[in-house]
Amino acid sequence: MNGEHERIEEHREDEIDFVEVEKSSQFKSFMEGKRKFIIPMSIFFLVFYFLLPLFTSYTTFLNTPVFGDITWVWVFAFAQFVMVWVLSTIYVKRAASFDDEADQIIEDQIKQGGNS
Amino acid sequence: MNLTYFLFFICIIVCTLIITYWAAKRSKTTNRFYTAAGSLTGFQNGMAIAGDFISAASFLGIVGTIAINGYDGFLYSIGFLVSYLIVLFLIAEPVHRLGTYSLGDVICSRFPGDNMRWLMAIGAFTISILYMIPQLVASGFLLRLLLDIDYSISVVIIGGLMTIYVVFGGMVATSWVQIVKTVVLMSGTFMLSLIVFSNFNWNTADLIERVKEGTPLGGEFFLPGHLFENPVEFLSLQLALIFGTAGLPHILIRLFTVRNTLEVRRSLISSTWIIGLFYLMTLILGLGTVALLGYHTMIEADPTGNLAAPLLAKEVGGDFLLAFISAIAFTTIVAVVAGLVISATTAFSHDIYHHIIKKGKSTEKEQLRAARWTALGIGLISTLFALRLETINVTFLVSMTFIVAAASNFPVLLLTIYWRRFNQIGAISGMASGLAASLILVVLGPHIMNPDGGWIAREAVISLHNPGIIAIPIGFLGAYLGTVFSPKQSQTEAEFRRFFKKSQTGIESRGDSA
Repeated sequence: MNGEHERIEEHREDEIDFVEVEKSSQFKSFMEGKRKFIIPMSIFFLVFYFLLPLFTSYTTFLNTPVFGDITWVWVFAFAQFVMVWVLSTIYVKRAASFDDEADQIIEDQIKQGGNS
Repeated sequence: MNLTYFLFFICIIVCTLIITYWAAKRSKTTNRFYTAAGSLTGFQNGMAIAGDFISAASFLGIVGTIAINGYDGFLYSIGFLVSYLIVLFLIAEPVHRLGTYSLGDVICSRFPGDNMRWLMAIGAFTISILYMIPQLVASGFLLRLLLDIDYSISVVIIGGLMTIYVVFGGMVATSWVQIVKTVVLMSGTFMLSLIVFSNFNWNTADLIERVKEGTPLGGEFFLPGHLFENPVEFLSLQLALIFGTAGLPHILIRLFTVRNTLEVRRSLISSTWIIGLFYLMTLILGLGTVALLGYHTMIEADPTGNLAAPLLAKEVGGDFLLAFISAIAFTTIVAVVAGLVISATTAFSHDIYHHIIKKGKSTEKEQLRAARWTALGIGLISTLFALRLETINVTFLVSMTFIVAAASNFPVLLLTIYWRRFNQIGAISGMASGLAASLILVVLGPHIMNPDGGWIAREAVISLHNPGIIAIPIGFLGAYLGTVFSPKQSQTEAEFRRFFKKSQTGIESRGDSA
């Protein structure tokens, strides 16, 4: 089965002009969309995460209570868990639409390749 | 060893051997042996990733660290969790699209060549072995403490089991052992957490009060600042944890065991839920230990705190629960070491034997035989090493693995996937400088150079236990300088275009995704 699969790949490679793919506005907007989503998100979670050890190491203002015995350090720590779960859910949702776009690009390019 | 313990252990061993027998009948092709032929569902793979990732050090060590240091111990575990966002956002899908069996495949799909493959294979092999040895040594001590059996017998049992799983059952057996481990680990810690809460009539305020009475830190227990004297040390450790996961070969090869990128994402989202919930439960167990046993009882039993969870189990549930928790710890160890054996095996038999020695021309049968013999060899040699290392402290190797992965594999993977100008010389110098920097910095650091009890009895040159903050930038810098100063672009624009499109859209590898 694997061998067959590789043959299909080679077959497709011949048909696709990769320079054409890259020039196509379809691919450009696809990459632009991906970039606009992934880069800000990655910066956000890295900053959000590292603020916690930075604050706990160099400041003490998070040690003040929010309500009762619970202090901000605990709120921030639990917020990290929430952040991980929320961001990964958002990613999975967004990536599904990226997949559709990618499929569309592949389909269109193969069609064009056949025509030319 | 009393009968309860004996029954639990026999039960685990028999169950996993049945899995291996079943898997052995299905591991007749290399595709099945290395990646279970992509047959796992996303959720199953998510459980297997969690099973691969949560080591006994996490289970026993973090509960103990929380019980001793309070808040900082908990903060320590968050880094492990957040590292999965890096894998999911930046690494996972391109790795799945570009590789077949190993990380070498991923990098070599852009920079083909024997040198590159050698380096990737050596990197993966080193990381897996460095991580496996301390796990085996720790397992020897653990079983000795829990079951009162000899160190060398425990190491031989665990080393033998991991070898049998991989040699006969390949990735199929390894995956299912890891899935079983996740199920028993999660249900066991969940049950223990409930018992802890029920001891305080489900009143969290009571639990917190009792923790304050139980720890010498008092109210300070709930505030940061007790684990590390030096903030730079703590940040450095966090850097290695965050970037390390995205460079760990035994985790990344699990991304090949599912059918398509949708399942890759499902795998990772399931594993972040499992790992996150697990760390929340370790917090409850850590608090419960201090509240119900008190700091001094725990320290008397074991000054490192590693026995916190078993002691807690014994306190609230007697011998039966202790036997259950010990069996869980045992399953945790065998699942993790089996994952490491298969990752080291892939690096050797797929990258070095098949691609470099046989120039990619060995037959299916030869490859499979090479893989099984390699697994056997790796299992035997690591077990022998672990037997010899009884008296030497090797726990620092665990944190070193994360540093090596974060400083060598991670920069090279990231730049290979995203940087247009990156070239083969850059990749080689990045791998080499990251690997060398982390090894040298650890040798110059206080783990090895220590006036009392170090391998080199002198003052350490680098005061950091975790030199990630220096090693990771060196890895990136090596990759950058290698690229900028290499004489000519060794790769044409067209080749990068082709590669980039494949990594981003899966074009030409879509046959697998229907």
